[in-house]
Amino acid sequence: MASVPIHYYLFFCSVLFCIGVLGVLIKRNVLIILMSIELMINSINLLLAAFSAYTNDPAGQIFVFFIMVVAAAEVAIGLAIVVLIYRTTHSLDIDVLNKLKW
Amino acid sequence: MFTEYIFFFLSVLALYSAVMVLASKKPIHSVLFLTLTFFAIAGHYVLLNAQFLAVVHVIVYAGAIMVLFLFTVMLLNLNNDERSPKPVWAKTMVSIASGMLLLVLIGIFRTYDIKSAADPTLTQIGLVKNLGQILFHEFLLPFEISSVLFLTAMVGAVLLGKKEQI
Repeated sequence: MASVPIHYYLFFCSVLFCIGVLGVLIKRNVLIILMSIELMINSINLLLAAFSAYTNDPAGQIFVFFIMVVAAAEVAIGLAIVVLIYRTTHSLDIDVLNKLKW
Repeated sequence: MFTEYIFFFLSVLALYSAVMVLASKKPIHSVLFLTLTFFAIAGHYVLLNAQFLAVVHVIVYAGAIMVLFLFTVMLLNLNNDERSPKPVWAKTMVSIASGMLLLVLIGIFRTYDIKSAADPTLTQIGLVKNLGQILFHEFLLPFEISSVLFLTAMVGAVLLGKKEQI
């Protein structure tokens, strides 16, 4: 039974991670930035699961489970903060929030 | 051979929808493409024989997180595109920077060689029974602490979403 080499997973997850980085840097909408962070978390999760399966070590998959827990909590809090930002500034532009700059 | 075809199909689907998350003008389209990416990654988990992770991934990401994003987009009524997109030179610089990151990552991983490669299609570690055994023996304390984390997140979200000031 020939399976996919681990390199394919490494390359695929690298590309997905870089798309997430690009989204965080290029976009101004806070919601899209949160989605890009989710993309990055997902690429890391998939890589952890792949290494766990290829080295026959179940601890990696448990880690993925805990990362999912933390990501769900992060999204809940992050979207609450986004709603709060929209109420106070009436915009989701990330460049409006520059009061703490300098 | 058949596994490779499925792998390439899921990868192309995930990468295409990840690009479309950034390329689409309306935020609601971005959310729907993000859901498509999540389903493709769930397919990858099934391919790795990690059924537990696949089910949890579909429940958490394609269920809970997608609903949260959709509710926020519809609640805030922001179905318009960005008012002031970044200038072209900034987009070019950012694209070059992340392309460089991709080049570095691929350069590192190209020479990587795994020592004891097990066959992922034959391993049984991803099944619910085995992962549950480990989760409730070795990782019992982090599991309980994560429930406290969820409670904290729930209280925090309710507190932040309240209309009047506290």
